[in-house]
Amino acid sequence: MNAAETPMVKAEAVSKAYGSNTVLRSISLEVKRGEVLCLVGPSGSGKSTFLRCINHLETVSAGRLSVDGSLVGYRQHGDKIYELHPKDAAKQRRDIGMVFQRFNLFPHMTAVENVMLAPTLLKKGQPKGQVKARALELLARVGLAERSDYYPSQLSGGQQQRVAIARALAMEPKLMLFDEPTSALDPELVGEVLEVMKELAKSGMTMIVVTHEMGFAREVADTLVFMDGGVVVEQGDPREVLSNPQHQRTRAFLSKVL
Amino acid sequence: MSETPSRPAGSETPPTGPGAETPPEAIKAIKLRHPWRMVLAIVLAAIAVLFIVDAAVNRPVYNWPEVGKYLFDVRVIEAAGYTLQLTIYSMVIAILLGVALAVMRLSPNPVVKSVAWAYLWLFRGTPVYVQLVFWGLIGVIYKTIDIGIPFTEPWVSFDTSDLFSYFFLAVIGLALNEAAYMAEIVRAGLLAVDKGQDEAATALGLGWWHTMSRVILPQAMRVIIPPTGNEVISMLKTTSLVTAVPFSLELFTRTSDIAAKTYQPVPMLIVASIWYLAITSILMVGQYYLERHFAKGVDQRPAPQKPTVETSAMAAVEPGELPGVVPPSNRPGGGA
Repeated sequence: MNAAETPMVKAEAVSKAYGSNTVLRSISLEVKRGEVLCLVGPSGSGKSTFLRCINHLETVSAGRLSVDGSLVGYRQHGDKIYELHPKDAAKQRRDIGMVFQRFNLFPHMTAVENVMLAPTLLKKGQPKGQVKARALELLARVGLAERSDYYPSQLSGGQQQRVAIARALAMEPKLMLFDEPTSALDPELVGEVLEVMKELAKSGMTMIVVTHEMGFAREVADTLVFMDGGVVVEQGDPREVLSNPQHQRTRAFLSKVL
Repeated sequence: MSETPSRPAGSETPPTGPGAETPPEAIKAIKLRHPWRMVLAIVLAAIAVLFIVDAAVNRPVYNWPEVGKYLFDVRVIEAAGYTLQLTIYSMVIAILLGVALAVMRLSPNPVVKSVAWAYLWLFRGTPVYVQLVFWGLIGVIYKTIDIGIPFTEPWVSFDTSDLFSYFFLAVIGLALNEAAYMAEIVRAGLLAVDKGQDEAATALGLGWWHTMSRVILPQAMRVIIPPTGNEVISMLKTTSLVTAVPFSLELFTRTSDIAAKTYQPVPMLIVASIWYLAITSILMVGQYYLERHFAKGVDQRPAPQKPTVETSAMAAVEPGELPGVVPPSNRPGGGA
Protein backbone atom coordinates (compact mmCIF):
# COMPACT_ATOMS: atom_id res chain seq x y z
CA MET A 1 0.00 0.00 0.00
CA ASN A 2 1.52 3.38 -0.82
CA ALA A 3 1.69 6.17 1.70
CA ALA A 4 -1.02 8.30 0.15
CA GLU A 5 -3.53 5.50 0.56
CA THR A 6 -2.67 4.62 4.14
CA PRO A 7 -5.47 6.08 6.25
CA MET A 8 -4.26 8.61 8.84
CA VAL A 9 -6.14 6.81 11.58
CA LYS A 10 -7.40 3.28 11.41
CA ALA A 11 -9.29 1.67 14.26
CA GLU A 12 -10.21 -2.00 14.04
CA ALA A 13 -12.46 -3.32 16.80
CA VAL A 14 -10.86 -1.03 19.38
CA SER A 15 -12.07 -1.75 22.90
CA LYS A 16 -11.18 -0.21 26.22
CA ALA A 17 -12.13 -1.30 29.71
CA TYR A 18 -11.31 -0.03 33.17
CA GLY A 19 -11.55 -3.24 35.17
CA SER A 20 -15.02 -4.57 34.53
CA ASN A 21 -16.25 -1.23 33.19
CA THR A 22 -16.14 -1.33 29.40
CA VAL A 23 -16.08 2.17 27.92
CA LEU A 24 -15.32 1.37 24.27
CA ARG A 25 -16.76 -1.64 22.47
CA SER A 26 -15.28 -2.66 19.19
CA ILE A 27 -14.90 0.74 17.55
CA SER A 28 -13.95 0.53 13.90
CA LEU A 29 -13.43 3.59 11.77
CA GLU A 30 -11.05 5.20 9.36
CA VAL A 31 -9.90 8.77 8.92
CA LYS A 32 -8.28 9.60 5.61
CA ARG A 33 -5.61 12.21 5.05
CA GLY A 34 -7.03 15.72 5.09
CA GLU A 35 -10.34 14.50 6.41
CA VAL A 36 -12.21 16.15 9.29
CA LEU A 37 -14.13 13.76 11.49
CA CYS A 38 -16.50 14.96 14.18
CA LEU A 39 -17.34 12.70 17.10
CA VAL A 40 -20.60 13.52 18.81
CA GLY A 41 -22.63 11.83 21.46
CA PRO A 42 -23.87 12.17 25.01
CA SER A 43 -21.33 12.49 27.83
CA GLY A 44 -20.03 9.12 28.96
CA SER A 45 -20.39 7.72 25.46
CA GLY A 46 -16.65 7.10 25.18
CA LYS A 47 -15.83 9.70 22.55
CA SER A 48 -13.17 11.48 24.63
CA THR A 49 -11.68 8.16 25.72
CA PHE A 50 -11.41 7.07 22.10
CA LEU A 51 -9.72 10.36 21.23
CA ARG A 52 -7.24 9.91 24.08
CA CYS A 53 -6.45 6.41 22.87
CA ILE A 54 -5.32 7.82 19.54
CA ASN A 55 -2.30 9.55 21.09
CA HIS A 56 -1.84 6.90 23.74
CA LEU A 57 -2.90 9.00 26.72
CA GLU A 58 -5.05 5.92 27.34
CA THR A 59 -4.10 2.41 26.33
CA VAL A 60 -6.34 0.29 24.18
CA SER A 61 -7.35 -3.04 25.79
CA ALA A 62 -8.22 -4.89 22.59
CA GLY A 63 -8.23 -4.35 18.84
CA ARG A 64 -5.83 -2.47 16.62
CA LEU A 65 -5.40 1.26 16.49
CA SER A 66 -2.88 2.75 14.11
CA VAL A 67 -1.89 6.26 13.11
CA ASP A 68 -0.30 6.72 9.71
CA GLY A 69 0.26 2.99 9.38
CA SER A 70 2.00 2.34 12.71
CA LEU A 71 0.41 0.92 15.84
CA VAL A 72 -0.25 3.41 18.65
CA GLY A 73 1.77 2.62 21.77
CA TYR A 74 2.95 -0.77 20.47
CA ARG A 75 5.37 -2.21 18.00
CA GLN A 76 4.70 -5.30 15.99
CA HIS A 77 7.50 -7.71 15.22
CA GLY A 78 6.39 -10.86 13.42
CA ASP A 79 3.24 -11.89 15.21
CA LYS A 80 4.39 -10.55 18.60
CA ILE A 81 3.35 -7.16 19.91
CA TYR A 82 5.72 -5.24 22.18
CA GLU A 83 4.90 -2.31 24.42
CA LEU A 84 6.72 0.83 23.27
CA HIS A 85 9.40 2.43 25.43
CA PRO A 86 8.07 5.74 26.84
CA LYS A 87 10.67 7.54 24.72
CA ASP A 88 9.30 6.03 21.52
CA ALA A 89 5.71 6.64 22.61
CA ALA A 90 6.64 10.28 23.18
CA LYS A 91 8.20 10.40 19.72
CA GLN A 92 4.96 9.04 18.26
CA ARG A 93 2.93 11.75 20.00
CA ARG A 94 4.98 14.53 18.43
CA ASP A 95 3.19 13.89 15.16
CA ILE A 96 -0.21 14.22 16.84
CA GLY A 97 -1.38 17.56 18.18
CA MET A 98 -4.00 17.67 20.90
CA VAL A 99 -6.27 20.45 22.14
CA PHE A 100 -8.06 20.04 25.46
CA GLN A 101 -11.39 21.18 26.79
CA ARG A 102 -9.72 23.09 29.65
CA PHE A 103 -6.92 24.46 27.39
CA ASN A 104 -4.20 23.19 29.77
CA LEU A 105 -1.84 26.01 28.83
CA PHE A 106 1.25 26.23 30.99
CA PRO A 107 0.34 29.11 33.31
CA HIS A 108 3.94 30.04 34.16
CA MET A 109 4.84 30.75 30.55
CA THR A 110 3.70 33.48 28.19
CA ALA A 111 1.71 32.61 25.09
CA VAL A 112 4.80 32.53 22.88
CA GLU A 113 6.75 30.50 25.45
CA ASN A 114 3.92 27.98 25.52
CA VAL A 115 4.16 27.59 21.77
CA MET A 116 7.98 27.45 21.81
CA LEU A 117 8.39 24.90 24.59
CA ALA A 118 8.10 21.66 22.65
CA PRO A 119 10.13 22.72 19.59
CA THR A 120 12.83 24.23 21.83
CA LEU A 121 13.23 21.01 23.78
CA LEU A 122 12.64 18.48 21.04
CA LYS A 123 13.91 20.00 17.81
CA LYS A 124 17.51 20.24 18.84
CA GLY A 125 19.78 22.12 16.55
CA GLN A 126 17.15 24.56 15.45
CA PRO A 127 18.34 28.08 16.36
CA LYS A 128 16.23 29.74 19.01
CA GLY A 129 15.47 32.75 16.85
CA GLN A 130 13.98 30.50 14.21
CA VAL A 131 11.83 28.67 16.77
CA LYS A 132 10.57 31.99 18.07
CA ALA A 133 9.84 33.36 14.60
CA ARG A 134 7.88 30.22 13.82
CA ALA A 135 5.95 30.48 17.13
CA LEU A 136 5.03 34.10 16.42
CA GLU A 137 3.90 33.07 12.96
CA LEU A 138 1.61 30.44 14.49
CA LEU A 139 0.21 32.96 16.98
CA ALA A 140 -0.48 35.31 14.09
CA ARG A 141 -2.26 32.49 12.32
CA VAL A 142 -4.68 32.13 15.24
CA GLY A 143 -5.07 35.92 15.41
CA LEU A 144 -3.01 36.52 18.53
CA ALA A 145 0.18 38.13 17.25
CA GLU A 146 -0.27 41.04 19.64
CA ARG A 147 -0.82 38.85 22.69
CA SER A 148 2.35 36.80 22.40
CA ASP A 149 3.83 38.18 25.65
CA TYR A 150 0.68 37.72 27.73
CA TYR A 151 0.40 35.03 30.37
CA PRO A 152 -2.57 32.65 30.00
CA SER A 153 -4.26 34.22 33.03
CA GLN A 154 -4.32 37.53 31.16
CA LEU A 155 -6.14 36.04 28.18
CA SER A 156 -9.80 35.23 27.70
CA GLY A 157 -10.89 31.62 27.36
CA GLY A 158 -11.20 31.89 23.60
CA GLN A 159 -7.73 33.40 23.32
CA GLN A 160 -6.28 30.72 25.57
CA GLN A 161 -7.78 27.99 23.44
CA ARG A 162 -6.35 29.60 20.31
CA VAL A 163 -2.91 29.70 21.93
CA ALA A 164 -3.41 26.02 22.76
CA ILE A 165 -4.11 25.33 19.09
CA ALA A 166 -0.96 27.21 18.09
CA ARG A 167 1.00 25.22 20.68
CA ALA A 168 -0.31 21.95 19.29
CA LEU A 169 0.65 23.05 15.76
CA ALA A 170 4.20 23.93 16.78
CA MET A 171 5.48 20.37 16.36
CA GLU A 172 4.01 20.32 12.84
CA PRO A 173 1.67 17.40 13.50
CA LYS A 174 0.05 15.41 10.73
CA LEU A 175 -3.06 14.86 12.83
CA MET A 176 -4.91 17.14 15.24
CA LEU A 177 -7.17 15.92 18.02
CA PHE A 178 -9.69 18.28 19.62
CA ASP A 179 -11.35 17.20 22.87
CA GLU A 180 -14.45 19.38 23.22
CA PRO A 181 -12.42 22.50 22.48
CA THR A 182 -15.30 24.93 23.01
CA SER A 183 -17.18 23.32 25.89
CA ALA A 184 -15.48 25.37 28.60
CA LEU A 185 -16.00 28.69 26.82
CA ASP A 186 -18.55 31.43 27.30
CA PRO A 187 -21.03 31.15 24.41
CA GLU A 188 -19.87 34.37 22.79
CA LEU A 189 -16.25 33.17 22.71
CA VAL A 190 -16.99 29.88 20.94
CA GLY A 191 -17.07 31.39 17.45
CA GLU A 192 -13.46 32.62 17.42
CA VAL A 193 -12.13 29.17 18.25
CA LEU A 194 -14.33 27.44 15.67
CA GLU A 195 -13.18 29.99 13.11
CA VAL A 196 -9.55 29.02 13.69
CA MET A 197 -10.42 25.34 13.46
CA LYS A 198 -12.32 25.94 10.24
CA GLU A 199 -9.31 27.67 8.75
CA LEU A 200 -7.13 24.76 9.86
CA ALA A 201 -9.50 22.26 8.22
CA LYS A 202 -9.42 24.27 5.00
CA SER A 203 -5.63 24.15 4.98
CA GLY A 204 -5.88 20.37 4.69
CA MET A 205 -5.14 19.29 8.25
CA THR A 206 -6.47 15.89 9.27
CA MET A 207 -8.65 16.49 12.31
CA ILE A 208 -10.71 14.50 14.77
CA VAL A 209 -13.01 16.73 16.78
CA VAL A 210 -15.09 15.69 19.76
CA THR A 211 -17.72 18.40 19.92
CA HIS A 212 -21.23 19.45 20.75
CA GLU A 213 -21.14 22.16 18.09
CA MET A 214 -23.45 20.68 15.48
CA GLY A 215 -23.18 23.78 13.30
CA PHE A 216 -19.43 23.30 13.08
CA ALA A 217 -19.84 19.59 12.38
CA ARG A 218 -22.27 20.28 9.62
CA GLU A 219 -20.20 22.93 7.95
CA VAL A 220 -16.68 21.59 8.35
CA ALA A 221 -16.74 17.82 8.95
CA ASP A 222 -16.41 15.29 6.18
CA THR A 223 -17.72 12.55 8.43
CA LEU A 224 -19.90 12.68 11.51
CA VAL A 225 -19.73 9.80 13.96
CA PHE A 226 -22.40 9.43 16.59
CA MET A 227 -21.32 7.37 19.61
CA ASP A 228 -23.33 6.16 22.55
CA GLY A 229 -22.55 3.63 25.27
CA GLY A 230 -19.08 2.98 23.89
CA VAL A 231 -20.21 1.99 20.39
CA VAL A 232 -20.49 3.81 17.09
CA VAL A 233 -24.22 4.07 16.51
CA GLU A 234 -24.18 5.87 13.22
CA GLN A 235 -21.71 7.54 10.91
CA GLY A 236 -21.79 9.28 7.58
CA ASP A 237 -22.00 12.62 5.86
CA PRO A 238 -22.81 15.18 8.57
CA ARG A 239 -25.64 16.78 6.59
CA GLU A 240 -27.20 13.36 6.11
CA VAL A 241 -26.84 12.29 9.73
CA LEU A 242 -28.01 15.61 11.15
CA SER A 243 -31.06 16.06 8.97
CA ASN A 244 -31.98 12.44 8.47
CA PRO A 245 -30.74 10.32 11.38
CA GLN A 246 -31.35 6.60 10.90
CA HIS A 247 -31.27 5.40 14.47
CA GLN A 248 -33.75 6.14 17.20
CA ARG A 249 -30.86 6.89 19.62
CA THR A 250 -29.34 9.44 17.27
CA ARG A 251 -32.69 11.09 16.72
CA ALA A 252 -33.31 11.34 20.46
CA PHE A 253 -29.86 12.89 21.04
CA LEU A 254 -30.10 15.37 18.16
CA SER A 255 -33.55 16.53 19.18
CA LYS A 256 -32.03 17.57 22.50
CA VAL A 257 -28.91 19.33 21.28
CA LEU A 258 -30.11 21.01 18.09
CA MET B 1 -23.50 66.53 61.26
CA SER B 2 -24.50 68.36 58.13
CA GLU B 3 -28.03 68.97 56.95
CA THR B 4 -27.76 66.31 54.26
CA PRO B 5 -30.66 63.88 54.60
CA SER B 6 -29.28 60.53 55.69
CA ARG B 7 -32.46 58.51 55.62
CA PRO B 8 -32.81 55.91 52.85
CA ALA B 9 -34.36 56.87 49.57
CA GLY B 10 -38.11 56.41 49.49
CA SER B 11 -38.91 58.44 52.56
CA GLU B 12 -37.99 61.51 50.55
CA THR B 13 -39.27 62.29 47.11
CA PRO B 14 -37.25 60.09 44.78
CA PRO B 15 -35.11 62.13 42.40
CA THR B 16 -36.61 62.30 38.95
CA GLY B 17 -35.83 64.05 35.72
CA PRO B 18 -32.35 65.13 34.72
CA GLY B 19 -31.20 65.11 38.36
CA ALA B 20 -31.38 61.28 38.42
CA GLU B 21 -28.38 61.16 36.10
CA THR B 22 -25.94 62.63 38.62
CA PRO B 23 -23.82 60.03 40.48
CA PRO B 24 -25.17 59.04 43.93
CA GLU B 25 -23.85 61.04 46.83
CA ALA B 26 -20.99 59.49 48.85
CA ILE B 27 -21.96 58.22 52.32
CA LYS B 28 -20.82 60.49 55.12
CA ALA B 29 -21.07 58.26 58.17
CA ILE B 30 -19.63 58.85 61.63
CA LYS B 31 -16.87 56.30 62.25
CA LEU B 32 -17.65 53.56 64.71
CA ARG B 33 -15.36 53.89 67.76
CA HIS B 34 -13.53 50.93 69.29
CA PRO B 35 -12.58 52.13 72.82
CA TRP B 36 -11.37 48.73 74.07
CA ARG B 37 -8.98 48.36 71.17
CA MET B 38 -7.45 51.66 72.20
CA VAL B 39 -7.11 50.51 75.81
CA LEU B 40 -5.47 47.24 74.77
CA ALA B 41 -3.04 49.07 72.47
CA ILE B 42 -2.02 51.49 75.23
CA VAL B 43 -1.52 48.68 77.75
CA LEU B 44 0.62 46.67 75.30
CA ALA B 45 2.73 49.70 74.41
CA ALA B 46 3.21 50.53 78.08
CA ILE B 47 4.33 46.97 78.91
CA ALA B 48 6.79 47.02 76.01
CA VAL B 49 8.29 50.35 77.07
CA LEU B 50 8.54 49.22 80.69
CA PHE B 51 10.29 46.00 79.65
CA ILE B 52 12.82 47.81 77.46
CA VAL B 53 13.60 50.49 80.05
CA ASP B 54 13.88 47.85 82.76
CA ALA B 55 16.19 45.71 80.63
CA ALA B 56 18.39 48.70 79.83
CA VAL B 57 18.65 50.11 83.35
CA ASN B 58 17.74 47.64 86.08
CA ARG B 59 19.19 44.32 84.92
CA PRO B 60 22.97 44.18 85.20
CA VAL B 61 22.94 40.47 84.24
CA TYR B 62 22.13 41.42 80.64
CA ASN B 63 25.44 43.25 80.65
CA TRP B 64 24.93 45.16 77.39
CA PRO B 65 28.53 46.38 77.12
CA GLU B 66 29.59 42.72 77.15
CA VAL B 67 27.10 42.02 74.34
CA GLY B 68 28.62 44.84 72.31
CA LYS B 69 32.12 43.56 72.98
CA TYR B 70 31.46 40.05 71.67
CA LEU B 71 28.85 40.73 68.95
CA PHE B 72 31.53 41.17 66.30
CA ASP B 73 34.19 39.04 67.92
CA VAL B 74 36.10 37.09 65.25
CA ARG B 75 35.21 33.76 66.87
CA VAL B 76 31.52 34.67 66.87
CA ILE B 77 31.56 35.82 63.24
CA GLU B 78 33.33 32.60 62.26
CA ALA B 79 30.75 30.60 64.19
CA ALA B 80 27.92 32.43 62.40
CA GLY B 81 29.64 31.47 59.13
CA TYR B 82 29.71 27.80 60.16
CA THR B 83 26.06 27.95 61.19
CA LEU B 84 25.14 29.45 57.83
CA GLN B 85 27.18 26.81 55.99
CA LEU B 86 25.61 23.98 57.96
CA THR B 87 22.16 25.39 57.15
CA ILE B 88 22.79 25.89 53.44
CA TYR B 89 24.64 22.64 52.71
CA SER B 90 22.19 20.48 54.63
CA MET B 91 19.16 22.22 53.10
CA VAL B 92 20.50 21.86 49.55
CA ILE B 93 21.09 18.14 50.07
CA ALA B 94 17.73 17.78 51.84
CA ILE B 95 15.84 19.46 49.00
CA LEU B 96 17.48 17.33 46.30
CA LEU B 97 16.95 14.15 48.28
CA GLY B 98 13.42 15.29 49.16
CA VAL B 99 12.52 15.74 45.48
CA ALA B 100 13.88 12.25 44.76
CA LEU B 101 11.91 10.75 47.66
CA ALA B 102 8.73 12.56 46.63
CA VAL B 103 9.02 11.25 43.08
CA MET B 104 9.75 7.77 44.47
CA ARG B 105 6.63 7.92 46.64
CA LEU B 106 4.56 8.67 43.53
CA SER B 107 6.19 5.84 41.57
CA PRO B 108 4.00 3.00 40.29
CA ASN B 109 6.64 0.48 41.41
CA PRO B 110 5.62 -0.88 44.85
CA VAL B 111 9.22 -1.54 45.99
CA VAL B 112 10.39 1.95 45.12
CA LYS B 113 7.34 3.40 46.83
CA SER B 114 7.87 1.33 49.98
CA VAL B 115 11.54 2.27 50.24
CA ALA B 116 10.61 5.95 50.19
CA TRP B 117 7.87 5.35 52.74
CA ALA B 118 10.23 3.42 55.06
CA TYR B 119 12.81 6.23 54.82
CA LEU B 120 10.21 8.76 55.90
CA TRP B 121 9.03 6.53 58.69
CA LEU B 122 12.54 6.09 60.06
CA PHE B 123 13.85 9.65 59.77
CA ARG B 124 10.67 11.44 60.80
CA GLY B 125 10.03 9.01 63.61
CA THR B 126 13.29 9.52 65.51
CA PRO B 127 14.58 12.75 67.10
CA VAL B 128 17.18 14.59 65.10
CA TYR B 129 19.36 14.79 68.22
CA VAL B 130 19.44 10.97 68.44
CA GLN B 131 20.27 10.77 64.73
CA LEU B 132 23.13 13.24 65.15
CA VAL B 133 24.61 11.18 67.99
CA PHE B 134 24.37 8.12 65.73
CA TRP B 135 26.25 9.92 62.95
CA GLY B 136 28.92 10.89 65.43
CA LEU B 137 29.35 7.21 66.27
CA ILE B 138 29.51 6.05 62.66
CA GLY B 139 33.26 5.53 62.95
CA VAL B 140 32.65 3.11 65.81
CA ILE B 141 29.84 1.22 64.10
CA TYR B 142 31.43 1.01 60.64
CA LYS B 143 35.17 1.12 61.21
CA THR B 144 36.07 0.90 57.53
CA ILE B 145 34.32 1.48 54.25
CA ASP B 146 35.24 -1.17 51.69
CA ILE B 147 34.75 -1.10 47.95
CA GLY B 148 34.66 -4.43 46.14
CA ILE B 149 32.54 -7.55 45.71
CA PRO B 150 30.70 -8.56 48.93
CA PHE B 151 32.21 -11.53 50.84
CA THR B 152 35.52 -11.24 49.01
CA GLU B 153 38.70 -9.30 49.76
CA PRO B 154 37.91 -5.55 49.22
CA TRP B 155 39.78 -3.66 46.52
CA VAL B 156 40.04 -0.47 48.54
CA SER B 157 39.37 0.14 52.21
CA PHE B 158 38.93 3.50 53.96
CA ASP B 159 39.11 4.26 57.64
CA THR B 160 35.73 5.87 58.40
CA SER B 161 36.91 8.28 61.07
CA ASP B 162 39.66 9.58 58.77
CA LEU B 163 37.27 9.91 55.85
CA PHE B 164 34.53 12.00 57.45
CA SER B 165 35.04 15.18 59.44
CA TYR B 166 32.59 16.10 62.18
CA PHE B 167 31.43 19.00 60.00
CA PHE B 168 30.64 16.58 57.19
CA LEU B 169 28.81 14.23 59.55
CA ALA B 170 26.82 17.14 60.98
CA VAL B 171 25.73 18.19 57.47
CA ILE B 172 24.77 14.61 56.56
CA GLY B 173 22.89 14.12 59.81
CA LEU B 174 20.89 17.31 59.42
CA ALA B 175 20.29 16.75 55.70
CA LEU B 176 19.04 13.17 55.93
CA ASN B 177 16.62 14.08 58.69
CA GLU B 178 15.38 17.13 56.85
CA ALA B 179 14.98 15.24 53.55
CA ALA B 180 12.11 13.27 55.08
CA TYR B 181 10.20 16.48 55.77
CA MET B 182 11.14 18.02 52.42
CA ALA B 183 9.85 14.90 50.65
CA GLU B 184 6.36 15.50 52.01
CA ILE B 185 6.49 19.19 51.13
CA VAL B 186 7.59 18.44 47.57
CA ARG B 187 4.96 15.71 47.24
CA ALA B 188 2.25 18.16 48.29
CA GLY B 189 3.54 20.57 45.65
CA LEU B 190 3.54 17.94 42.90
CA LEU B 191 0.01 16.84 43.78
CA ALA B 192 -1.18 20.46 43.71
CA VAL B 193 -0.38 20.82 40.00
CA ASP B 194 -3.38 20.17 37.79
CA LYS B 195 -3.30 16.79 36.06
CA GLY B 196 -4.09 18.51 32.77
CA GLN B 197 -0.59 20.03 32.83
CA ASP B 198 1.02 16.61 32.75
CA GLU B 199 -1.35 15.51 29.99
CA ALA B 200 -0.69 18.60 27.90
CA ALA B 201 3.07 18.13 28.16
CA THR B 202 2.79 14.42 27.40
CA ALA B 203 0.54 15.09 24.42
CA LEU B 204 3.18 17.49 23.05
CA GLY B 205 5.61 14.59 23.04
CA LEU B 206 7.71 15.71 26.01
CA GLY B 207 9.36 12.92 27.98
CA TRP B 208 9.12 12.42 31.73
CA TRP B 209 12.17 14.54 32.55
CA HIS B 210 11.13 17.53 30.43
CA THR B 211 7.56 17.34 31.73
CA MET B 212 8.81 17.30 35.30
CA SER B 213 11.53 19.94 35.03
CA ARG B 214 9.81 22.41 32.69
CA VAL B 215 6.12 22.05 33.46
CA ILE B 216 5.32 20.34 36.77
CA LEU B 217 8.12 21.41 39.15
CA PRO B 218 8.09 25.13 38.24
CA GLN B 219 4.39 25.20 39.10
CA ALA B 220 4.81 23.04 42.19
CA MET B 221 7.38 25.57 43.44
CA ARG B 222 4.63 28.01 44.38
CA VAL B 223 3.31 25.48 46.86
CA ILE B 224 6.75 24.22 47.88
CA ILE B 225 8.51 27.50 48.69
CA PRO B 226 6.56 28.86 51.69
CA PRO B 227 6.88 25.69 53.82
CA THR B 228 10.48 25.28 52.63
CA GLY B 229 11.21 28.78 53.90
CA ASN B 230 9.89 27.60 57.22
CA GLU B 231 12.17 24.59 57.08
CA VAL B 232 15.25 26.68 56.27
CA ILE B 233 14.64 28.91 59.27
CA SER B 234 13.92 25.90 61.42
CA MET B 235 17.14 24.29 60.14
CA LEU B 236 19.15 27.41 61.01
CA LYS B 237 18.18 26.86 64.62
CA THR B 238 18.46 23.08 64.55
CA THR B 239 22.15 23.50 63.69
CA SER B 240 22.62 24.34 67.37
CA LEU B 241 22.16 20.59 68.03
CA VAL B 242 25.21 19.45 66.05
CA THR B 243 27.20 19.63 69.24
CA ALA B 244 25.81 16.07 69.60
CA VAL B 245 28.02 14.88 66.73
CA PRO B 246 30.17 16.57 68.26
CA PHE B 247 30.78 19.59 66.03
CA SER B 248 31.44 22.60 68.24
CA LEU B 249 32.27 25.55 65.99
CA GLU B 250 28.71 26.70 65.23
CA LEU B 251 27.10 29.73 66.79
CA PHE B 252 25.39 28.35 69.88
CA THR B 253 28.16 26.00 71.04
CA ARG B 254 30.84 28.59 70.32
CA THR B 255 29.11 31.36 72.28
CA SER B 256 28.42 28.92 75.14
CA ASP B 257 32.11 28.01 75.18
CA ILE B 258 33.06 31.69 75.40
CA ALA B 259 30.50 32.18 78.19
CA ALA B 260 32.03 29.26 80.09
CA LYS B 261 35.26 31.25 80.27
CA THR B 262 33.76 34.68 81.02
CA TYR B 263 31.17 33.34 83.49
CA GLN B 264 28.58 35.55 81.79
CA PRO B 265 26.11 33.26 80.00
CA VAL B 266 23.33 35.81 79.42
CA PRO B 267 25.22 38.31 77.20
CA MET B 268 26.52 35.46 75.04
CA LEU B 269 22.98 34.09 74.63
CA ILE B 270 21.94 37.53 73.45
CA VAL B 271 24.87 37.66 71.01
CA ALA B 272 23.86 34.28 69.56
CA SER B 273 20.20 35.35 69.37
CA ILE B 274 21.05 38.55 67.51
CA TRP B 275 23.01 36.58 64.93
CA TYR B 276 20.23 34.00 64.51
CA LEU B 277 17.72 36.84 64.04
CA ALA B 278 19.95 38.62 61.54
CA ILE B 279 20.42 35.49 59.42
CA THR B 280 16.69 34.69 59.60
CA SER B 281 15.87 38.19 58.38
CA ILE B 282 18.18 37.83 55.40
CA LEU B 283 16.66 34.44 54.56
CA MET B 284 13.16 35.92 54.69
CA VAL B 285 14.13 38.56 52.13
CA GLY B 286 15.47 35.79 49.89
CA GLN B 287 12.20 33.88 50.24
CA TYR B 288 10.22 36.95 49.21
CA TYR B 289 12.13 37.25 45.93
CA LEU B 290 11.90 33.52 45.22
CA GLU B 291 8.15 33.56 45.75
CA ARG B 292 7.82 36.53 43.45
CA HIS B 293 9.81 34.73 40.75
CA PHE B 294 7.66 31.60 40.83
CA ALA B 295 4.39 33.56 40.98
CA LYS B 296 5.00 34.44 37.31
CA GLY B 297 1.75 34.39 35.37
CA VAL B 298 -0.36 33.67 38.44
CA ASP B 299 -1.47 36.92 39.99
CA GLN B 300 -2.47 38.64 36.80
CA ARG B 301 -6.04 39.74 36.43
CA PRO B 302 -7.76 38.21 33.44
CA ALA B 303 -8.86 40.45 30.63
CA PRO B 304 -12.60 40.92 30.29
CA GLN B 305 -14.11 37.99 28.43
CA LYS B 306 -14.98 39.63 25.14
CA PRO B 307 -14.79 38.08 21.71
CA THR B 308 -11.69 39.33 19.99
CA VAL B 309 -12.56 38.08 16.53
CA GLU B 310 -15.68 38.90 14.56
CA THR B 311 -17.45 35.60 14.11
CA SER B 312 -20.80 34.44 12.90
CA ALA B 313 -22.99 31.56 13.97
CA MET B 314 -22.92 28.37 11.97
CA ALA B 315 -26.25 26.74 11.31
CA ALA B 316 -26.47 23.08 12.28
CA VAL B 317 -29.76 22.62 10.46
CA GLU B 318 -31.17 24.59 7.56
CA PRO B 319 -34.41 26.28 8.57
CA GLY B 320 -37.29 23.91 8.00
CA GLU B 321 -35.08 20.92 7.26
CA LEU B 322 -35.92 18.94 10.39
CA PRO B 323 -39.52 19.37 11.44
CA GLY B 324 -39.90 20.83 14.90
CA VAL B 325 -36.26 21.90 15.25
CA VAL B 326 -35.38 25.57 15.23
CA PRO B 327 -31.70 26.22 14.42
CA PRO B 328 -29.94 27.87 17.35
CA SER B 329 -29.14 30.93 15.27
CA ASN B 330 -32.85 31.55 14.79
CA ARG B 331 -33.78 31.11 18.44
CA PRO B 332 -34.31 34.08 20.68
CA GLY B 333 -30.92 35.02 22.04
CA GLY B 334 -29.18 33.46 19.06
CA GLY B 335 -26.38 30.94 19.36
CA ALA B 336 -22.84 30.46 18.30
